[in-house]
Amino acid sequence: MAYRIVESCVNCWACEPLCPSNAIQATRPHFVIDAGACTECDGAYADPQCASICPVEGAILDGAGVPVNPPGSLTGIPPERLAQAMAEIRAR
Amino acid sequence: MALEALDRSLSATAPAPAPAAAGGCSASGCGSSSDQLAHLPEHIRAKVHNHPCFSEEAHHHYARMHVAVAPACNIQCHYCNRKYDCSNESRPGVVSEVLTPEQAVAKTLAVAAEIPQMTVLGIAGPGDPLANPERTLATFRALSEKAPDIKLCVSTNGLALPELVDEICEHNIDHVTITINCVDPEIGAKIYPWIFWNNRRIKGVKAAKILIEQQQRGLQMLCDRGVLVKVNSVLIPGVNDAHLKEVSRVVKEKGAFLHNVMPLIAEPEHGTFYGLMGQRGPSNEELQALQDECAGDMAMMRHCRQCRADAVGMLGEDRGAEFTLDKVAEMDIDYAAAMQRRAEVHAAIEANRAAQRQQRSETFIPITSLKGTMQRRKPQPAPAAAQAARFAVATTGGGVINQHFGHAREFLIYEAAAVGDDVDVRFLAARKVDLYCAGGDTCGDAEDALAKTIRTLEGCTGVLCSKIGIEPWDRLEAAGLVPNGEHAMEPIEDAVAAVYRELLAEGRLDTPAAATALSA
Repeated sequence: MAYRIVESCVNCWACEPLCPSNAIQATRPHFVIDAGACTECDGAYADPQCASICPVEGAILDGAGVPVNPPGSLTGIPPERLAQAMAEIRAR
Repeated sequence: MALEALDRSLSATAPAPAPAAAGGCSASGCGSSSDQLAHLPEHIRAKVHNHPCFSEEAHHHYARMHVAVAPACNIQCHYCNRKYDCSNESRPGVVSEVLTPEQAVAKTLAVAAEIPQMTVLGIAGPGDPLANPERTLATFRALSEKAPDIKLCVSTNGLALPELVDEICEHNIDHVTITINCVDPEIGAKIYPWIFWNNRRIKGVKAAKILIEQQQRGLQMLCDRGVLVKVNSVLIPGVNDAHLKEVSRVVKEKGAFLHNVMPLIAEPEHGTFYGLMGQRGPSNEELQALQDECAGDMAMMRHCRQCRADAVGMLGEDRGAEFTLDKVAEMDIDYAAAMQRRAEVHAAIEANRAAQRQQRSETFIPITSLKGTMQRRKPQPAPAAAQAARFAVATTGGGVINQHFGHAREFLIYEAAAVGDDVDVRFLAARKVDLYCAGGDTCGDAEDALAKTIRTLEGCTGVLCSKIGIEPWDRLEAAGLVPNGEHAMEPIEDAVAAVYRELLAEGRLDTPAAATALSA
């Protein structure tokens, strides 16, 4: 099992130095996790390090493909409020 | 020094000229606005003498730049959106491209050669510089070798500060800015949703408590080592507005030398928690009132432009587009020659500043002509009865009025008040015409550029610029403002004092219109 970084990654470098397995690669268009090297921090830390510092909700998926930081969990912005605001901005 | 002593004695003995100025005159050194730091010890004044972000007077003459080498952050603030990247916006946390330390060094040398007024290189993000210690310190290390004439600065949220204080001192980083929005964890929990600490994401009051402890510990350690510390605070109405006086008191006690209270910037399109949840920013008046209240405790910075983490140039401008990576790669920089030229330019700037100071001390001698006029009009004028008045100034730097009204992207706001026979002029704020994208031409908002500019000038009695067209002149007058283009190339404070005296003598400062404008 391995974590995965998806396209909403903003390439901020926060996760890269924290990975105990050096599994994170600073690539373009976004950083990626080497699935072969990722241990999900098992045995090294209580929490997966990349997902514990990542500032972008939904940018890191767990082994089952589920976002470790779901919408609203980091910013505190309720997803429905975000959707409503986006619609208002587009309608201007 | 004689002038500063005069200013201080004037502000200490005179009755408060206006309610807004009450409290803290001596601590903020109101007097001559150009020497707000007059009360500081000589060695600190020497350190900030040519630092545009730490000295209000210096910002008229010297430029700064930020290199965006630090994208990672170890906390989340409710006024920040880490996904944001826009070349048209000017506010903290926004950049166009993140640089490697090598690219940052090349860019710094290029800017230092092309903009010889540049004295300061800061690292301010777009994340937290100390959450990227390798990248930040590698940049400083290389620059202290290659460009020894440039001051190095760093700003931080403070979480990683205590463990890095020794290295900061090692690299001759002489100026540190810590953003401290609160000293109470309950308030902190409303500003910071989480921090990353000891390999875990921590939320709520517990997170805020750790952050606050680290900030205060780092502040104390830096002050103990003689590093100059400025504290930035974001004023968030209803969250920390009533609390910031306490913050000011606490950080001053620890040894911070300057407090910069900045307005919250929050719009839905920024995608921040505050922007989306309808948290408003403070009005100009609220900001100034709080700055004046805090000024009782310590020196306040009022000329901050809340610039981008990759800003280049004088504080009011951003020349970053001239120094993109590909443009820098094509430049052939002879830094030894550039350093020589920089030294010459700095000497010329200092000669100019000395001349301006000299001129100012002459104009601060009691103005007998005004006295005569006033006495003719009103037999015994009581100085305390004279209205304070605010003036907007268009300048591109140099401490003089030298910008066409139509070209001004920002205005410096000064307040003039009669103090006995003299006129006391103090700097209040810089107001941008386009603080950030707020509709306008491209977004289809109806308000035209001039209307927007006039709104920026709310509360002012007059506008001083080098030139102004007929149409804007009429529109300003219609809006109750007094346009003035007669003081081009004159030092700002002298010109403001002169216009104030004119209006006072003509009896135009106690008209209902002027009074309304002031209370706005």
